[in-house]
Parts: sequence; C-alpha cells; structure tokens
Amino acid sequence: MASQQAPRVGDTGAYAAAPDPAGTSPLATRLRLTALSAGHVGAGVGALALAVIMLSAFPALFGVAGFLILWLTVPLAGLLAGYHRRTAARELGLPVGAHYLDVAGGNPITALATWVRDPARWRDFAFCWYSGTGGLILSLVPVLFLVGPAVHMILGVVFGSWLWFTIAAVAYGPSLVAWWFVAVPLTRARLRADRGILDHSLVYTLEQRVEQVEQSRSATVDHNEAELRRIERDLHDGAQARIAAAGMNMGLAEKLVHSDPDAATELLREARDTTVNALEDLRTLVRGIHPPVLADRGLVGGVEALAIPIPIPVTVALPLPRLPAPIESAVYFAVAECLANVAKHAYASRAWVTGSHDGTTLRVTIGDDGLGGADPRGTGLSGIARRLAPFDGTVTVISPADGGTEIRLEVPCRLTR
Amino acid sequence: MPADALRALVAEDQALLRVGLVRILEISGIRVTAAVQTAAELEEALTDEQLDIAIVDVRLPPTFTTEGLAAVVHARTVRPGLPVLVLSQFVEPLYARELLAAGRGAVGYLLKDRVVDIDGFVAAVHQVAGGGTVLDPEVVAGLVSARPLHRLTERERQVLTLMAEGRSNTAIAARLFVTEKAVDKHINNIFIKLDLPPTADDNRRVLAVVAWLNA
Repeated sequence: MASQQAPRVGDTGAYAAAPDPAGTSPLATRLRLTALSAGHVGAGVGALALAVIMLSAFPALFGVAGFLILWLTVPLAGLLAGYHRRTAARELGLPVGAHYLDVAGGNPITALATWVRDPARWRDFAFCWYSGTGGLILSLVPVLFLVGPAVHMILGVVFGSWLWFTIAAVAYGPSLVAWWFVAVPLTRARLRADRGILDHSLVYTLEQRVEQVEQSRSATVDHNEAELRRIERDLHDGAQARIAAAGMNMGLAEKLVHSDPDAATELLREARDTTVNALEDLRTLVRGIHPPVLADRGLVGGVEALAIPIPIPVTVALPLPRLPAPIESAVYFAVAECLANVAKHAYASRAWVTGSHDGTTLRVTIGDDGLGGADPRGTGLSGIARRLAPFDGTVTVISPADGGTEIRLEVPCRLTR
Repeated sequence: MPADALRALVAEDQALLRVGLVRILEISGIRVTAAVQTAAELEEALTDEQLDIAIVDVRLPPTFTTEGLAAVVHARTVRPGLPVLVLSQFVEPLYARELLAAGRGAVGYLLKDRVVDIDGFVAAVHQVAGGGTVLDPEVVAGLVSARPLHRLTERERQVLTLMAEGRSNTAIAARLFVTEKAVDKHINNIFIKLDLPPTADDNRRVLAVVAWLNA
C-alpha cells in the first residue's frame, strides 16, 4: 500500500481539545490553573535571565565566550520553550510544533550557524523575553489575587488572631472574587500567547505546502510543454502532411483531367483516401487531448464509454454531478489508465468503477479481481499521481500479492456550479 | 428529380459541410426538403410528417455536445421507426447503443469521413430509409475487438463484422470473394456459436449481433 498525502494547513491532527476532564470542580480547575501560572512565573524569571545572557552573547561573539554562552543557552531556551509548548498544547488541545532545523551530523560551528538561521530558535529567544516580562505579569495576576488572602489566612492561623482573618475577609473578599473570575481567562490568554509565539507549525506547514505546490506546478508545466510538443509533431507528421499530399494530388489531377482522365481519376481517389487518413489522425489526436464524449457527457458518460471496449465486464456506478472540466479530464485519464492496466496485466474476470462526491471531495475507486501485486511506482500509476497532483489529488494502490487490485483516487473539489 | 425521390432533412452547423452534403444528396437523386443549422431548427424540421430520412450531425449549436443525437432520439419516440442517419466526426459506441436502444431498425451511425465515398454513403442513406441498420466499421470494430470471440474463426469474425455494419449476404460475399452459400454457412455457424436465434431479415440480424456485442 502506498499513499501520497499532502499536508494540509490547519490540520489539528490527533489533538483533542479537552483541557479539563469531566467531573473536575470549578474550584479545582482554578486552583490547578493558578498553580500552572505560578510555574510560569517561576519559569519567567529564569527565562528573563536566560534572555539577558543570550543577548550578552552577541557582542561576545567576537571571542570564544559568546560561542560558549550560545552553545549552553540555546538548548536551554529550547528546553524551556519545549516545556511551554507541551503545556500549551495539552491545555488548549491544539498542536504547538517546534520544527527546529535539523543540526544532526554537523559540528558545533555549523550547529551554531543553523541556529542563527532557524526561525524557530529565534522564536525561543523572543519567547524568553516575553516570558520574563509581559507573560510574567499575565501569569502573576491570578497568583497574586489568590496569594494575598492566603497569606493573611496563614498569618491568622499562626498568630491565632481574628484580626488577620477579618482583614483577609474584608480587604481580600473582592480579591478572591476577582481571582475566581480571572484565573481561567488569564491563564488561557497566557497559554494562547505562548502558542502564538512558539508555534511554528503554521509557517512550517505553509512552507512545506509551497514547496509541494512548486513541485507539482513545475511538473505540470513540464508535462504540458511535452504534450504541446507532441501535438505539434503529430499534426506536422500526420494531418498536415496528408492534407498537403491530397492538395498536390488534386492539383495534378486538375492538370491531367483532359489529357489523361484515367490518371486524373486515380489521383483524385488517392487524394480522397488521404483526406480520410488525415481525419483519422486528427481524431486520434483529439481523443488524446480531450475526448469528445467527456466534453459531451462529463466524467460519468466518459467512464461508461471507457468501459465498453474493455474485454471483461466492467460495472460502472458513478452517481456524480458535473464537476469542473480540468478535474473531470484528469480523473478520466486516470481511470482510462487504470482500466487499460486491468485489461493488459490483471487477468481479471471482472472490474468495477465506483465513485462518490460528498460536496467537498471526489472519490473514485477502480477495482478488479485479477492477479494483484500492482507496483505503485510503475510509470502508469505514477503518471496518474502526477495528473492528480495539481488538484491535491491522491492515489492509493491496494494490490496484495494474493490477488485483487483497488486503486483509490481522491480529489478535493467543491462544486462551483 | 423523380416525384418518388427520397425526402431528406439535413442538419449540419458547418456551412461547408452542409452545402457539400446537400450537393451530394441532390446529385444522387435525393430531395433535401430542409437544411438546418441549429438544434431548435432541427426539432422544428423533424415534425415534418413527409420526411423519409433525417441526416443529422451529432454536435449542433447551442452547446455543441449531443443535441443532434438527443433530437433524433426524441423524434423517434414521437414517430417510432423514423429513419435517422447520424453523422459525426467521432463515433462513440456509447451513442450507438443509445440510438439502437429503441430496438427498431432504420438507424445509421457513420463517421463524416464515410461521406467521401459517395456511392457507399448514398447506399447507406437508402438502406436506412428502407428500415435497415448501418453502423460505422469503426464502431463495430471497437465492439468486436472488445469481446472474447475465441470461439469464432478468423473468417467468421470478418463475416460478423460486416454483418454488424449492416451488409447483406450478397454484399458480404462480394467483399470477401466467396459464394453467398459460403456466407450463409458462416452466418449459421456464428449464430450457433453465439446462441443467437437465426433470422433471415438483415435488420433483425444486425440488431441481434449488436445486442450481443453490447451485452
């Protein structure tokens, strides 16, 4: 089984947004989040120190000290950021990806050079500053609202005086109320801010996607260029040459029509046959570019027509609407290739083409009960993958060695009409 | 032109081909009562009850898909058995199946290329007008090559192909340089091997073969 999967932007993967298990009391949730904030405050102090040390490394880069500092602090910042990434991902139920550039296999100097170019490492550096400043304040607020009254309570217990309890109740009653209301939103705001700074997934996914689109675009352009060259050559060697020959024959016949009518008749007959051959050439060419039945009847009629000349029974079940022409064409040629493979290699007794469109994705399956063991890297199947790539389409080949083949085509496509 | 000449309707949107078709038909003694360009005009012209045959291009304005085919298929539901000869730059077995679906004869489906052989084309027009069935060799070849006809000999296969094109025993005999008796024998063998009920009528014979090929 082989699958070519395109990364999608906004994929939340396996993360499930469930910060609090069911049954946790509101008080426990608030206390837990406040503890988390307290941790962030502590980490923030460390982060600020780290940030200052890292900053000091830059002027020191002219000496060995700068390098030493960075070798020590960059991985430390990575550890600290890693802790915050994991926490934010767990609490928010959203992916927070690091996506550092790979430094494996290099020496310490190249590692340093890679760090300097790595946007994800700069994110860590920026995070250290934020964590020790704005972030620290954000995390400190819920902690202070709770710690104030708590301190007075403890004093009350220690000194056994009602005074402390009274101060705590009167002065800090509003503080506790405020804590109750801000603990959750402020902690979550902090987590979201952490994710905003630390999450490199979106950029990373977009970069991957751009690379993939560039690849498929250049493959498409190459393919189109080759197709145009082939069409030009076919026209030149086929229809054009034949029509020119027919014209010559007719010119000659015109000259001979009075002096040698028999020869003229023969030339005209030849010219007629030549034009028929030219038409055959053109028909073959047009079928290869855009089959008329596809233009007339869409993918459904096109596939039904494809099934007729296959020497084994082919069941076609495609309850599909009309789709955008480029997609219909790509899928048509993909199905044509698959059915040709079935006829040529599968030694099957029957085959089927089924499909559906759920409003966003077109799915077509071509199956047979033949030998199996189809190679997904063969030219035919990789050609199908290349045809579908510009539409983010995928090809999955399920062809076990003990028989039967299913080729699944999936193309995202929204109805425009 | 004799008074009992065939009355034909021509539907073809390309002016050069329309004029050529009309010229060929009139030279051959077939009266062209209407020569139309669009699907709407065709539908109107097909209501003529005096019509002996409609010669129609598959692809017509406004959408240039299969208006011509749809118009004649519809006309044949109104007037069953109305002879129609469909011409196209392409032959598609799928469309042949639709044309033949009604199960009656008087149907032709040919490539436009075949018009070049004027005698053959005019013969096809007369055959269809007379209730026969004429399929383009390309459609037949596509169908025959797709079926596992291992049971048939090479000669029987040739006879089957010609039979599906709508040719009579005499024409098949002449084409293959054999006697009509030999053709009869081959045809009987084909019918036995393909489990088709034997029939004398050329048209029913073609339909039986095509039905079998489409199965």
